[in-house]
Amino acid sequence: MSNPTTLAGLTLPNPVLVASGCGGTGRELTPYLGEDGLAGLGGFVTRSISLDPRPGARQPRVVETPSGLLHAEGANPGLEPFLATELPWLVRSGTRVIVSITGRTLGEHAELARLLGRAPGLSAIEVGVSGEPFHAASLVAAVVRDLPRGLPVLAKLRPDLLRVVETARAVLEAGAAAVVLADAQAAALPDGRPAGLSGPAIRPVALRCVTEVCAALPDAQVVGAGGITTAADARSFLDAGAVAVQLGTALLHDPTTAARIAAELT
Amino acid sequence: MTLHVTGEVLDTKRTGAYRHLTLVAPGVAERFRPGNFVAITLADSARLARRSYWIHQVRPVGGYGPALQLVVEPVGGGGSWLAGLPVGSKLELTGPLGRPFALPKEPVSCLLVGEDHSAAPLFPLAERLRERGCAVTLLVAGRDEAHLLSALEARRSARAVTVVTADGSVGQRGRVADVIAETLGRARAEVVYAAGRHDTLHAVAAAAEDHGAWSQTAVELPQPCATGLCHGCALPVVGEDGVARTVRACTEGPVVRGDRVRWGELA
Repeated sequence: MSNPTTLAGLTLPNPVLVASGCGGTGRELTPYLGEDGLAGLGGFVTRSISLDPRPGARQPRVVETPSGLLHAEGANPGLEPFLATELPWLVRSGTRVIVSITGRTLGEHAELARLLGRAPGLSAIEVGVSGEPFHAASLVAAVVRDLPRGLPVLAKLRPDLLRVVETARAVLEAGAAAVVLADAQAAALPDGRPAGLSGPAIRPVALRCVTEVCAALPDAQVVGAGGITTAADARSFLDAGAVAVQLGTALLHDPTTAARIAAELT
Repeated sequence: MTLHVTGEVLDTKRTGAYRHLTLVAPGVAERFRPGNFVAITLADSARLARRSYWIHQVRPVGGYGPALQLVVEPVGGGGSWLAGLPVGSKLELTGPLGRPFALPKEPVSCLLVGEDHSAAPLFPLAERLRERGCAVTLLVAGRDEAHLLSALEARRSARAVTVVTADGSVGQRGRVADVIAETLGRARAEVVYAAGRHDTLHAVAAAAEDHGAWSQTAVELPQPCATGLCHGCALPVVGEDGVARTVRACTEGPVVRGDRVRWGELA
């Protein structure tokens, strides 16, 4: 599975990464990846980690909808237990570990960046940004400011077609090394609670975001994400200008998808 | 070790309200322990969540080696599709998954409580317990006769069997909660294993605690991935340290100690 690519200064053995929140702690996915395990993939993005533990949304957290999954979970053990248990295991696995962070304020994001900046073995930080471009840029700047030089930040953007180019430009100028396009589409669970919609249902929207950003910002490093299920899907994002792709919902449907697509792209 | 394989339907048989499917799934049956389940990827690619089914039996089938038997209720998109598969159909499945029932080290008296199709994992458990010299009593419950799982087989698997149906069509009329205390006492059970609806499991766990018995409950929750990736099947429990937390029913469960579950939070 050797098809190296460069993302944010990192050399990845292939362009297939595991999207945040879709790979468990890493251990659960490993049995389905062949003999190289996680190290055989381009990288692993952790579930979003907050400073304090979060129990996650009440049930149902994940709901099936045609060609998509609605998810409203967000459970994570908090930074300290994560650093003590999950991160060392991921680093030992040999994969490129990208820690996704989530906070309620700019200060919480900055604190997460400061504490993670000292953790050994980390390859990058990913931060989800939404809302208007100025706020997104402020968030990225707060994270970048508290990280050691050389530890890149990936900014993951909501698929907002009206402002995706503007927001991508803003976060890149604020110091993001790459943009991930796109995050889950804002949606609602059947009972009205806010949720994200992921899966093949959003793939055309994500591909449009990648196409627009790559056309407008040809020097930008873009990671494509959204409903990628086959190697052909992945190629369509790479052909549109993405340097790598993230797989999420496809792994929940079939945990062997990542290894299969990585092999087929070689 | 869990495998993701292509399985094949070897046999399909209607039994009451259910469809019993016999599948060959290379390597999965050999690794099975009672309380394990398999997750099936639906062929319809628009349905992304996977469907979990208890492994009911593992039996050798001539020319194929050990094969799995699943009990499928033909309801909903997944159940109807699976129940309708003809012999020879191929399907993607992952297994064996989940933490199985813990077996006692000593030959003790055990009560096994199963309700509707959820009783499926208790029959292979009964066999394992009997092999260890345990006295096995079964309490099998169902909505009605059609939803009563393997009542005849139950009589072969246990020293004593109590049958209850909600409509009274077979055995006593009632529900598990109505008879659990009396059955526990009669069986002098030291360990109780249960699989069924959440309110039934709650009643069993509470009765076991009153009786001074250990309980192990197989808790069913929707499992969108069933492999521990999505954290979607949150099961509220109390840890050994007394701290409330959630675990994933698919990896840290589905079998958990009944006195550890925060039943009130499972709607």
